[in-house]
Amino acid sequence: MLAVKNITKKFSGVTALNNVSLVLNAGEVTAIIGENGAGKSTLMKILSGVYPDYEGTISFKDQVVRFSNPKEAQEKGITIIHQELNLVPFLTVTENIFLGREILTRWGTLDKKAMAAKTKTLLDRLRLTISPDTMVYALKVGQQQVVEIAKALLLESDLIIMDEPTSAISESEVDVLFSIIEDLRKEGKAIAYISHKLDELFKIADRYIIMRDGQVIEDGRMNGTDHDGIISKMVGRSVNMVRKADGIGNSETILAVRGLNLQHRIKEQGLRLKDISFTVNRGEIVGVFGLMGAGRTELLETVFGLHPNLCSGSLTVNGNALAFKSPCAAIAAGLALVPEDRKKDGLMLGLNVRKNISITTLEALSNMGFLDNKKECSLSGKYIDELRIKSSSDRQLAGTLSGGNQQKIVLAKWLATNPVLLMLDEPTRGIDINAKNEIYKLILKLAAAGLGIIMVSSELPEILAVSDRVLVMAEGCLTASLPINEATEDRILKCAIPKTI
Amino acid sequence: MQALTLANAPKQLAKFQSLIALFFLCLVISLLSDKFLTVANGWNVLRQISVNICISTGMTLVVLTAGIDLSVGSVLALCGAVTAGLLKNGIELPSANLFIGFTVFGSIISGIVLGTLLGWFNGFTITRFKVPPFVATLAVLTIARGLTMLWTKGFPISGLGSNFAYVGTGWLLGIPVPVWISAVIVLLAHMLTRKTPLGRYIYAIGGNESAARLSGIRINRVKMSVYAIAGALAAIGGIIVTSRLDSAQPNAGITYELDAIAAVVIGGTSLSGGRGSILGTVLGAIIIGVLNNGLVLLNVSPFWQQVVKGLVILVAVIIDKANSKE
Repeated sequence: MLAVKNITKKFSGVTALNNVSLVLNAGEVTAIIGENGAGKSTLMKILSGVYPDYEGTISFKDQVVRFSNPKEAQEKGITIIHQELNLVPFLTVTENIFLGREILTRWGTLDKKAMAAKTKTLLDRLRLTISPDTMVYALKVGQQQVVEIAKALLLESDLIIMDEPTSAISESEVDVLFSIIEDLRKEGKAIAYISHKLDELFKIADRYIIMRDGQVIEDGRMNGTDHDGIISKMVGRSVNMVRKADGIGNSETILAVRGLNLQHRIKEQGLRLKDISFTVNRGEIVGVFGLMGAGRTELLETVFGLHPNLCSGSLTVNGNALAFKSPCAAIAAGLALVPEDRKKDGLMLGLNVRKNISITTLEALSNMGFLDNKKECSLSGKYIDELRIKSSSDRQLAGTLSGGNQQKIVLAKWLATNPVLLMLDEPTRGIDINAKNEIYKLILKLAAAGLGIIMVSSELPEILAVSDRVLVMAEGCLTASLPINEATEDRILKCAIPKTI
Repeated sequence: MQALTLANAPKQLAKFQSLIALFFLCLVISLLSDKFLTVANGWNVLRQISVNICISTGMTLVVLTAGIDLSVGSVLALCGAVTAGLLKNGIELPSANLFIGFTVFGSIISGIVLGTLLGWFNGFTITRFKVPPFVATLAVLTIARGLTMLWTKGFPISGLGSNFAYVGTGWLLGIPVPVWISAVIVLLAHMLTRKTPLGRYIYAIGGNESAARLSGIRINRVKMSVYAIAGALAAIGGIIVTSRLDSAQPNAGITYELDAIAAVVIGGTSLSGGRGSILGTVLGAIIIGVLNNGLVLLNVSPFWQQVVKGLVILVAVIIDKANSKE
């Protein structure tokens, strides 16, 4: 279907792709594997016409092609579904799906009926039960991603590139996605599938191509290899997943939440969190698992004071009562929140590493109202060393770093506040396996130093690897609190699946 | 290494693009007119732009937070008029048989306090009621102009005395007083943005408001401070204008907000916030000032002056866009 020959791409002197050649076949799912910075994204951007400027040749359907923009690539039959969503928030689902390729009536006006009907079929196929007239901004990240996939399905492309399609969607949506990919494969389409989640690659992919440092290291059939084999080729050495020794002794309670309710912004839609009570002890890692829409993110946000007028219940930190009032109050009490979407909520991408790290503690870094440059540099230097943040200097812009390093910056800025409780929302989303392991190790180290930690994650292996106790949520309720030695994948999933419908 | 520095050369140059533009502007004008490159004309230009520098410094802070302040021209007029009115007539309350007189210092402070309050009001409606800055400050633009007309009854307030005139026309250590004032303001604002937590918060909010909020920054407080500062600086501009003319004109400051925005934009500050600098704005204001001055010296019609100014703004922004894409 598609053959790439000797492609080299340089960015102002830095080689991102070095003499890459590969083939994607019709009727096959090919996994593109590699750490962040291995060159996967650059390659995909060349294939989809984002970068028209490269050395080497691409032939697609036995024809040499060179796309000058994404639209041209789409018309020829190559679509990319980006990890970062490309939707217009204030348009409806239908309007987004048909953006730029609207169906017209014979009078030249929009044929809304036809578009809504087609959207409905697409959404049904993806098993997404929302109205086609819903505004996109009102959807959760996972639902938006499904809309994005629907948009690509409409194009009926021959080559579909999926960049981390499951990074933000729930397990049930993953199953749906996989059955769709299965259908597409049977229809004879070629699919390039980029993911860090090796488990799902073994489920869905036929072939793999491993990239490292801008080169193709190896390709082969999925059923001829295993986890460890792939990981060692990705990183050039073997890594071990961290695994925690069981349980911790009884220690004092850091955080206690009692009877927490959170109302929907629109009252009629009921409660987003219902009567939630739990505690976190010193040195304890509490994993929170739940499917999409279970209310995990809302739980952290409410505790952090982001929904002051919509919630009720009580909260104590180290025995002192705290109102769910504002992030400032939460921070003063020793709470810290590493948000789910680090680009949207975690970082000032246009500011440098140093300024991002110091932003939470500027007052402490000042003398008589003026910033102390030395103190600020030594603070950022300390965390760059401690967390091994890879940047050319502390003056590099945060937006130019890889996902793993960005996440470390967000962690650094919170560690600088000396928190007693660290809340992590999907801390390893979209970062490579090495950086993931580093973050797990860091979490364990922080817990050992006495911090209480809440880690929300939609990856069960991650929850099981790191937590001392697992809280399971479904539809805004807490459905289970399991010590790690009683928590099994089966049991957790059973509690996470909504009972209504 | 050689290749690297060469590849970086255009980027290095881009940093100084406004400075280079200013240099060539001066070069061309001085070739065409022998009156341009004189000490007297230099002070003249600086004195003329001092008011715009006051206003555009405040505007820069506002724009860095991804906001905009359209009310500064009217606030300038109102504060100038109130300062003049208080100085000349004081406050008379015939019913209470009370008369309050104002010294020069007292009336100036009153004007600045009024400007601060108006700016604070901008910030209040923007943060408390989530009114978009464009609309909130547009409303205050109209309100403040109306209040100016009410206060002055539509007539200039003139004859303010030589002490007050010193603010706009005096010299201190061989430098015009308005130039001193604007220089001090620029210095303070530069320190604010570079050396204080508040300055950093201003950049952070413009860069990513959501992340700033989650970092525990009191967004509303920072925004209110910024609009209040912008209001105070507009008031200072109003006092300078009034003093220089020895008269508060009810229609003073009309379209000054546009000159301020132009200086900010030419100085390389992004209207979407988070990127830019006070010194850039100063350069922007100087470029506009030199351009105005040069076109006058060259006897270009005032109508053409406006056309040229507009084109310069466009070119500046286009070049800036091209550079930031890199």
